[in-house]
Amino acid sequence: MIELLQNLGRNTRTSFTKLGRGTFFLLQTTSGILSVLPRPRLLLNQMHSIGVLSFLIITISGLFVGMVLGLQGYYILSDFGAEETLGVMVAASLVRELGPVVSALLFAGRAGSALTAEIGLMKATEQLSGMEMMAVDPIKRIISPRFLAGFLSMPLLAALFSAVGIIGGQIVGSGLLGVDEGAYWSQMRANIDFQDDIVNGVIKSIVFGFVASWIALFEGYDAIPTSEGVSRATTRTVVNSAFSILGLDFILTALMFGD
Amino acid sequence: MQHTSTQDTLVGLFVASGIAGLFFLALQVSNLSSFTAHDTYTLTARFENSGGLKVKSPVSSAGVKIGQVSSISFDPKTYESVVKLSIDKQYSTLPDDTTASVYTAGLLGEQYVNLDAGGSDEFLKDGGNIDVTNSAIILEKAIGQFLFKSAADEKK
Repeated sequence: MIELLQNLGRNTRTSFTKLGRGTFFLLQTTSGILSVLPRPRLLLNQMHSIGVLSFLIITISGLFVGMVLGLQGYYILSDFGAEETLGVMVAASLVRELGPVVSALLFAGRAGSALTAEIGLMKATEQLSGMEMMAVDPIKRIISPRFLAGFLSMPLLAALFSAVGIIGGQIVGSGLLGVDEGAYWSQMRANIDFQDDIVNGVIKSIVFGFVASWIALFEGYDAIPTSEGVSRATTRTVVNSAFSILGLDFILTALMFGD
Repeated sequence: MQHTSTQDTLVGLFVASGIAGLFFLALQVSNLSSFTAHDTYTLTARFENSGGLKVKSPVSSAGVKIGQVSSISFDPKTYESVVKLSIDKQYSTLPDDTTASVYTAGLLGEQYVNLDAGGSDEFLKDGGNIDVTNSAIILEKAIGQFLFKSAADEKK
Protein backbone atom coordinates (compact mmCIF):
# COMPACT_ATOMS: atom_id res chain seq x y z
CA MET A 1 0.00 0.00 0.00
CA ILE A 2 2.74 2.42 1.04
CA GLU A 3 4.70 1.30 -1.99
CA LEU A 4 1.73 2.05 -4.24
CA LEU A 5 1.48 5.58 -2.87
CA GLN A 6 5.22 6.02 -3.22
CA ASN A 7 5.06 4.92 -6.83
CA LEU A 8 2.13 7.20 -7.51
CA GLY A 9 3.98 10.14 -6.00
CA ARG A 10 7.15 9.35 -7.90
CA ASN A 11 5.34 8.99 -11.20
CA THR A 12 3.44 12.23 -10.73
CA ARG A 13 6.66 14.00 -9.89
CA THR A 14 8.49 12.52 -12.88
CA SER A 15 5.76 13.55 -15.26
CA PHE A 16 5.70 17.10 -13.91
CA THR A 17 9.48 17.28 -14.14
CA LYS A 18 9.24 16.10 -17.73
CA LEU A 19 6.61 18.69 -18.53
CA GLY A 20 8.85 21.33 -17.01
CA ARG A 21 11.82 20.18 -19.05
CA GLY A 22 9.60 20.14 -22.11
CA THR A 23 8.49 23.73 -21.54
CA PHE A 24 12.07 24.86 -21.00
CA PHE A 25 13.05 23.01 -24.18
CA LEU A 26 10.24 24.76 -26.08
CA LEU A 27 11.43 28.17 -24.87
CA GLN A 28 15.01 27.40 -25.93
CA THR A 29 13.80 26.16 -29.30
CA THR A 30 11.63 29.18 -30.03
CA SER A 31 14.40 31.56 -29.03
CA GLY A 32 16.73 29.58 -31.32
CA ILE A 33 14.45 30.22 -34.29
CA LEU A 34 15.93 33.71 -34.70
CA SER A 35 19.35 32.23 -35.41
CA VAL A 36 17.83 29.96 -38.10
CA LEU A 37 16.67 32.90 -40.20
CA PRO A 38 20.14 33.96 -41.37
CA ARG A 39 20.77 30.37 -42.47
CA PRO A 40 17.78 29.42 -44.62
CA ARG A 41 19.64 26.42 -46.02
CA LEU A 42 19.12 24.56 -42.73
CA LEU A 43 15.41 25.26 -42.88
CA LEU A 44 15.21 24.23 -46.53
CA ASN A 45 16.80 20.85 -45.85
CA GLN A 46 14.29 20.21 -43.11
CA MET A 47 11.33 21.39 -45.18
CA HIS A 48 12.42 18.76 -47.64
CA SER A 49 12.60 15.88 -45.19
CA ILE A 50 9.51 16.92 -43.20
CA GLY A 51 7.23 18.50 -45.79
CA VAL A 52 8.13 17.15 -49.21
CA LEU A 53 8.52 13.58 -48.06
CA SER A 54 5.11 13.72 -46.30
CA PHE A 55 3.50 15.14 -49.43
CA LEU A 56 2.64 11.80 -51.01
CA ILE A 57 1.09 10.13 -47.97
CA ILE A 58 -0.95 13.28 -47.24
CA THR A 59 -2.33 13.72 -50.75
CA ILE A 60 -3.14 10.05 -51.27
CA SER A 61 -4.84 9.74 -47.89
CA GLY A 62 -6.70 12.97 -48.55
CA LEU A 63 -7.95 11.68 -51.87
CA PHE A 64 -9.24 8.46 -50.35
CA VAL A 65 -10.78 10.13 -47.31
CA GLY A 66 -12.61 12.51 -49.63
CA MET A 67 -13.79 9.65 -51.82
CA VAL A 68 -15.09 7.71 -48.83
CA LEU A 69 -16.89 10.81 -47.56
CA GLY A 70 -18.43 11.22 -51.01
CA LEU A 71 -19.71 7.64 -51.01
CA GLN A 72 -20.99 7.54 -47.44
CA GLY A 73 -22.48 11.00 -47.67
CA TYR A 74 -24.27 10.11 -50.88
CA TYR A 75 -25.86 6.98 -49.41
CA ILE A 76 -27.21 8.89 -46.41
CA LEU A 77 -28.18 12.11 -48.19
CA SER A 78 -29.96 10.33 -51.04
CA ASP A 79 -32.35 8.86 -48.45
CA PHE A 80 -33.53 12.42 -47.88
CA GLY A 81 -33.32 13.43 -51.51
CA ALA A 82 -30.60 15.91 -50.61
CA GLU A 83 -27.72 14.69 -52.79
CA GLU A 84 -27.02 18.29 -53.84
CA THR A 85 -25.71 19.08 -50.37
CA LEU A 86 -23.03 16.40 -50.72
CA GLY A 87 -20.48 19.10 -51.47
CA VAL A 88 -21.26 20.94 -48.26
CA MET A 89 -20.98 17.77 -46.22
CA VAL A 90 -17.66 16.72 -47.75
CA ALA A 91 -16.14 20.20 -47.59
CA ALA A 92 -17.34 21.04 -44.08
CA SER A 93 -16.15 17.79 -42.57
CA LEU A 94 -12.79 18.03 -44.33
CA VAL A 95 -12.07 21.69 -43.74
CA ARG A 96 -13.26 21.77 -40.14
CA GLU A 97 -12.16 18.44 -38.74
CA LEU A 98 -10.68 15.73 -40.91
CA GLY A 99 -8.22 17.90 -42.80
CA PRO A 100 -6.35 19.27 -39.78
CA VAL A 101 -6.76 16.19 -37.55
CA VAL A 102 -6.01 13.35 -39.95
CA SER A 103 -3.13 15.16 -41.60
CA ALA A 104 -1.70 15.97 -38.15
CA LEU A 105 -1.95 12.30 -37.15
CA LEU A 106 -0.27 11.25 -40.40
CA PHE A 107 2.31 13.98 -39.89
CA ALA A 108 3.07 12.70 -36.38
CA GLY A 109 3.40 9.17 -37.72
CA ARG A 110 5.42 9.99 -40.82
CA ALA A 111 7.54 13.01 -39.88
CA GLY A 112 7.31 13.09 -36.07
CA SER A 113 8.58 9.57 -35.51
CA ALA A 114 11.42 10.15 -37.98
CA LEU A 115 12.43 13.33 -36.13
CA THR A 116 12.44 11.57 -32.77
CA ALA A 117 14.47 8.66 -34.08
CA GLU A 118 16.94 10.96 -35.81
CA ILE A 119 17.56 13.16 -32.80
CA GLY A 120 17.51 10.23 -30.37
CA LEU A 121 20.19 8.53 -32.45
CA MET A 122 22.21 11.72 -32.64
CA LYS A 123 22.10 11.78 -28.87
CA ALA A 124 22.92 8.08 -28.53
CA THR A 125 25.92 8.41 -30.84
CA GLU A 126 27.06 11.52 -28.94
CA GLN A 127 26.75 13.78 -31.95
CA LEU A 128 24.90 16.36 -29.87
CA SER A 129 27.63 16.35 -27.18
CA GLY A 130 30.19 16.56 -29.99
CA MET A 131 28.56 19.72 -31.25
CA GLU A 132 28.59 21.20 -27.78
CA MET A 133 32.31 20.41 -27.57
CA MET A 134 32.78 22.45 -30.74
CA ALA A 135 30.81 25.31 -29.19
CA VAL A 136 27.89 24.78 -31.58
CA ASP A 137 24.55 24.97 -29.82
CA PRO A 138 22.68 21.78 -30.89
CA ILE A 139 19.36 23.46 -30.11
CA LYS A 140 20.06 26.24 -32.59
CA ARG A 141 21.76 24.04 -35.17
CA ILE A 142 19.60 20.90 -35.03
CA ILE A 143 16.34 21.45 -33.15
CA SER A 144 15.11 24.92 -34.12
CA PRO A 145 15.27 24.43 -37.92
CA ARG A 146 13.31 21.20 -37.58
CA PHE A 147 10.76 22.84 -35.32
CA LEU A 148 10.27 25.75 -37.70
CA ALA A 149 10.01 23.40 -40.68
CA GLY A 150 7.35 21.28 -38.98
CA PHE A 151 5.47 24.36 -37.87
CA LEU A 152 5.46 25.77 -41.42
CA SER A 153 4.75 22.52 -43.25
CA MET A 154 1.73 21.43 -41.23
CA PRO A 155 -0.77 24.10 -42.39
CA LEU A 156 0.31 23.54 -46.00
CA LEU A 157 -0.13 19.78 -45.66
CA ALA A 158 -3.55 20.18 -44.02
CA ALA A 159 -4.71 22.57 -46.75
CA LEU A 160 -3.53 20.11 -49.40
CA PHE A 161 -5.32 17.27 -47.61
CA SER A 162 -8.62 19.19 -47.57
CA ALA A 163 -8.29 20.43 -51.14
CA VAL A 164 -7.45 16.99 -52.54
CA GLY A 165 -10.23 15.44 -50.42
CA ILE A 166 -12.83 17.84 -51.77
CA ILE A 167 -11.76 17.01 -55.31
CA GLY A 168 -11.91 13.30 -54.43
CA GLY A 169 -15.45 13.74 -53.11
CA GLN A 170 -16.35 15.48 -56.34
CA ILE A 171 -14.87 12.68 -58.46
CA VAL A 172 -16.93 10.06 -56.64
CA GLY A 173 -20.03 12.21 -56.16
CA SER A 174 -20.52 13.62 -59.62
CA GLY A 175 -18.30 11.26 -61.58
CA LEU A 176 -19.64 7.93 -60.33
CA LEU A 177 -22.88 8.64 -58.51
CA GLY A 178 -24.35 11.37 -60.67
CA VAL A 179 -24.63 14.32 -58.31
CA ASP A 180 -24.89 17.50 -60.33
CA GLU A 181 -21.43 19.04 -60.51
CA GLY A 182 -22.68 22.62 -60.46
CA ALA A 183 -24.81 21.93 -57.38
CA TYR A 184 -21.85 20.28 -55.65
CA TRP A 185 -19.72 23.41 -55.97
CA SER A 186 -22.38 26.10 -55.61
CA GLN A 187 -23.95 24.57 -52.48
CA MET A 188 -20.48 24.26 -51.04
CA ARG A 189 -19.63 27.87 -51.80
CA ALA A 190 -22.92 29.06 -50.34
CA ASN A 191 -22.49 27.24 -47.06
CA ILE A 192 -18.78 27.20 -46.27
CA ASP A 193 -17.77 30.42 -44.59
CA PHE A 194 -14.25 31.71 -45.11
CA GLN A 195 -13.81 33.08 -41.62
CA ASP A 196 -15.64 30.41 -39.65
CA ASP A 197 -14.58 27.31 -41.52
CA ILE A 198 -11.40 27.84 -43.52
CA VAL A 199 -9.54 30.19 -41.18
CA ASN A 200 -10.45 28.13 -38.12
CA GLY A 201 -9.29 24.99 -39.90
CA VAL A 202 -5.96 26.64 -40.69
CA ILE A 203 -5.58 27.81 -37.08
CA LYS A 204 -6.21 24.25 -35.96
CA SER A 205 -3.54 22.89 -38.26
CA ILE A 206 -1.03 25.50 -37.07
CA VAL A 207 -1.67 24.50 -33.46
CA PHE A 208 -1.34 20.81 -34.32
CA GLY A 209 1.87 21.41 -36.24
CA PHE A 210 3.30 23.27 -33.27
CA VAL A 211 2.35 20.55 -30.78
CA ALA A 212 3.34 17.60 -32.97
CA SER A 213 6.79 19.01 -33.77
CA TRP A 214 7.35 20.02 -30.15
CA ILE A 215 6.53 16.55 -28.87
CA ALA A 216 8.58 14.78 -31.54
CA LEU A 217 11.67 16.93 -30.99
CA PHE A 218 11.45 16.88 -27.22
CA GLU A 219 11.01 13.11 -27.04
CA GLY A 220 14.07 12.71 -29.24
CA TYR A 221 16.12 15.20 -27.26
CA ASP A 222 15.01 13.69 -23.96
CA ALA A 223 15.43 10.04 -25.02
CA ILE A 224 17.59 7.68 -22.99
CA PRO A 225 20.66 7.36 -25.24
CA THR A 226 20.38 3.63 -25.90
CA SER A 227 18.75 1.79 -28.77
CA GLU A 228 15.91 0.75 -26.48
CA GLY A 229 15.49 4.30 -25.22
CA VAL A 230 15.25 5.64 -28.76
CA SER A 231 12.67 3.04 -29.73
CA ARG A 232 10.58 3.90 -26.66
CA ALA A 233 10.86 7.59 -27.38
CA THR A 234 9.63 7.02 -30.93
CA THR A 235 6.61 5.12 -29.63
CA ARG A 236 5.90 7.84 -27.09
CA THR A 237 6.04 10.48 -29.84
CA VAL A 238 3.30 8.81 -31.84
CA VAL A 239 1.14 8.03 -28.81
CA ASN A 240 1.51 11.42 -27.13
CA SER A 241 1.05 13.33 -30.37
CA ALA A 242 -2.16 11.44 -31.11
CA PHE A 243 -3.50 12.13 -27.62
CA SER A 244 -2.60 15.81 -27.69
CA ILE A 245 -3.92 16.35 -31.20
CA LEU A 246 -7.27 14.73 -30.49
CA GLY A 247 -7.63 16.38 -27.09
CA LEU A 248 -6.70 19.80 -28.41
CA ASP A 249 -9.05 19.28 -31.33
CA PHE A 250 -11.96 18.93 -28.92
CA ILE A 251 -10.97 22.08 -27.04
CA LEU A 252 -10.43 24.09 -30.23
CA THR A 253 -13.71 22.90 -31.75
CA ALA A 254 -15.58 23.86 -28.59
CA LEU A 255 -13.97 27.31 -28.67
CA MET A 256 -14.37 27.94 -32.40
CA PHE A 257 -17.64 26.49 -33.55
CA GLY A 258 -19.90 27.32 -30.61
CA ASP A 259 -22.67 29.21 -32.33
CA MET B 1 22.88 16.71 -45.27
CA GLN B 2 23.83 17.10 -48.89
CA HIS B 3 21.88 19.80 -50.59
CA THR B 4 21.17 19.77 -54.27
CA SER B 5 19.18 21.98 -56.56
CA THR B 6 16.65 19.16 -57.00
CA GLN B 7 15.90 19.46 -53.32
CA ASP B 8 15.33 23.19 -53.68
CA THR B 9 12.95 22.59 -56.55
CA LEU B 10 11.04 19.97 -54.57
CA VAL B 11 10.68 22.27 -51.57
CA GLY B 12 9.57 25.05 -53.89
CA LEU B 13 6.98 22.79 -55.48
CA PHE B 14 5.76 21.64 -52.07
CA VAL B 15 5.32 25.19 -50.74
CA ALA B 16 3.68 26.31 -53.99
CA SER B 17 1.21 23.43 -53.97
CA GLY B 18 0.41 24.02 -50.29
CA ILE B 19 -0.33 27.67 -50.96
CA ALA B 20 -2.31 26.68 -54.06
CA GLY B 21 -4.35 24.38 -51.80
CA LEU B 22 -5.06 27.27 -49.43
CA PHE B 23 -6.11 29.49 -52.32
CA PHE B 24 -8.32 26.73 -53.67
CA LEU B 25 -10.04 26.44 -50.29
CA ALA B 26 -10.44 30.20 -49.99
CA LEU B 27 -11.70 30.96 -53.48
CA GLN B 28 -13.30 27.78 -54.78
CA VAL B 29 -14.74 26.23 -51.64
CA SER B 30 -15.73 29.10 -49.38
CA ASN B 31 -18.00 32.07 -49.90
CA LEU B 32 -15.08 34.50 -49.91
CA SER B 33 -15.37 35.27 -53.61
CA SER B 34 -19.14 35.66 -53.70
CA PHE B 35 -19.58 37.97 -50.74
CA THR B 36 -16.44 39.60 -49.49
CA ALA B 37 -16.17 42.43 -47.03
CA HIS B 38 -17.70 45.11 -49.21
CA ASP B 39 -18.62 48.33 -47.51
CA THR B 40 -22.00 47.91 -45.93
CA TYR B 41 -24.60 50.09 -44.29
CA THR B 42 -27.03 49.11 -41.56
CA LEU B 43 -30.81 49.13 -41.58
CA THR B 44 -33.07 48.17 -38.70
CA ALA B 45 -36.30 46.26 -39.09
CA ARG B 46 -38.68 45.39 -36.26
CA PHE B 47 -40.64 42.19 -36.60
CA GLU B 48 -43.50 40.94 -34.48
CA ASN B 49 -41.89 37.53 -34.88
CA SER B 50 -38.63 36.86 -36.68
CA GLY B 51 -39.10 33.07 -36.62
CA GLY B 52 -36.00 30.98 -37.28
CA LEU B 53 -33.95 33.88 -38.62
CA LYS B 54 -30.27 33.71 -37.62
CA VAL B 55 -27.31 36.03 -37.65
CA LYS B 56 -25.73 35.77 -41.14
CA SER B 57 -29.02 34.76 -42.76
CA PRO B 58 -29.16 36.28 -46.23
CA VAL B 59 -31.01 39.47 -47.07
CA SER B 60 -32.25 39.48 -50.62
CA SER B 61 -34.30 41.63 -52.88
CA ALA B 62 -35.95 40.33 -56.04
CA GLY B 63 -34.13 37.04 -55.39
CA VAL B 64 -30.63 38.54 -55.37
CA LYS B 65 -28.54 38.50 -52.21
CA ILE B 66 -27.76 42.07 -51.22
CA GLY B 67 -26.66 41.69 -47.59
CA GLN B 68 -26.95 39.68 -44.43
CA VAL B 69 -28.47 39.81 -40.96
CA SER B 70 -25.91 41.26 -38.55
CA SER B 71 -27.75 40.98 -35.24
CA ILE B 72 -31.08 39.93 -33.78
CA SER B 73 -32.25 41.12 -30.39
CA PHE B 74 -35.45 41.30 -28.37
CA ASP B 75 -36.84 44.68 -27.39
CA PRO B 76 -38.28 44.29 -23.86
CA LYS B 77 -40.39 47.47 -24.19
CA THR B 78 -42.29 46.78 -27.38
CA TYR B 79 -41.91 42.97 -27.29
CA GLU B 80 -40.63 42.97 -30.84
CA SER B 81 -37.67 41.36 -32.48
CA VAL B 82 -35.11 43.96 -33.59
CA VAL B 83 -33.18 42.73 -36.64
CA LYS B 84 -30.21 44.68 -37.94
CA LEU B 85 -29.44 44.16 -41.61
CA SER B 86 -26.11 45.05 -43.18
CA ILE B 87 -26.65 45.84 -46.83
CA ASP B 88 -23.97 46.17 -49.46
CA LYS B 89 -23.12 49.85 -50.13
CA GLN B 90 -23.67 49.46 -53.86
CA TYR B 91 -27.40 48.91 -53.21
CA SER B 92 -27.92 52.22 -51.43
CA THR B 93 -31.01 53.24 -53.32
CA LEU B 94 -33.69 51.35 -51.43
CA PRO B 95 -36.83 53.55 -51.09
CA ASP B 96 -37.84 54.43 -47.52
CA ASP B 97 -41.17 52.62 -47.86
CA THR B 98 -39.45 49.28 -48.52
CA THR B 99 -41.19 46.27 -46.98
CA ALA B 100 -39.16 43.66 -45.08
CA SER B 101 -40.55 40.13 -44.78
CA VAL B 102 -39.15 36.93 -43.34
CA TYR B 103 -39.50 34.17 -45.91
CA THR B 104 -38.43 30.55 -46.05
CA ALA B 105 -36.29 29.23 -48.88
CA GLY B 106 -37.81 25.88 -49.79
CA LEU B 107 -40.13 23.86 -47.58
CA LEU B 108 -37.60 23.04 -44.86
CA GLY B 109 -34.95 25.52 -45.93
CA GLU B 110 -33.38 28.37 -44.07
CA GLN B 111 -35.17 31.63 -43.47
CA TYR B 112 -34.13 34.89 -45.05
CA VAL B 113 -35.20 38.52 -45.12
CA ASN B 114 -36.77 39.71 -48.33
CA LEU B 115 -36.91 43.41 -49.12
CA ASP B 116 -39.63 44.60 -51.46
CA ALA B 117 -38.86 48.04 -52.81
CA GLY B 118 -41.65 50.59 -52.52
CA GLY B 119 -42.36 53.60 -54.72
CA SER B 120 -41.02 56.47 -52.63
CA ASP B 121 -38.45 58.94 -53.94
CA GLU B 122 -36.66 59.12 -50.59
CA PHE B 123 -33.94 56.52 -50.00
CA LEU B 124 -33.14 54.67 -46.78
CA LYS B 125 -29.95 55.96 -45.14
CA ASP B 126 -27.37 54.24 -42.95
CA GLY B 127 -28.99 53.43 -39.60
CA GLY B 128 -32.47 53.93 -41.05
CA ASN B 129 -35.59 52.01 -40.04
CA ILE B 130 -37.75 49.82 -42.22
CA ASP B 131 -41.26 50.60 -41.00
CA VAL B 132 -43.36 48.08 -42.88
CA THR B 133 -42.56 44.50 -41.91
CA ASN B 134 -44.19 41.11 -42.30
CA SER B 135 -43.47 38.47 -39.67
CA ALA B 136 -42.27 35.00 -40.33
CA ILE B 137 -44.97 32.47 -41.03
CA ILE B 138 -44.91 29.94 -38.22
CA LEU B 139 -46.02 26.65 -39.73
CA GLU B 140 -47.62 25.30 -36.54
CA LYS B 141 -49.63 28.47 -36.11
CA ALA B 142 -50.82 28.42 -39.71
CA ILE B 143 -51.83 24.75 -39.50
CA GLY B 144 -53.59 25.41 -36.19
CA GLN B 145 -55.57 28.28 -37.65
CA PHE B 146 -56.46 26.25 -40.71
CA LEU B 147 -57.72 23.30 -38.64
CA PHE B 148 -59.65 25.64 -36.33
CA LYS B 149 -61.25 27.33 -39.32
CA SER B 150 -62.23 24.10 -41.07
CA ALA B 151 -63.70 22.76 -37.82
CA ALA B 152 -65.74 25.94 -37.44
CA ASP B 153 -66.93 25.62 -41.04
CA GLU B 154 -68.12 22.09 -40.47
CA LYS B 155 -70.24 23.13 -37.48
CA LYS B 156 -72.31 25.50 -39.55
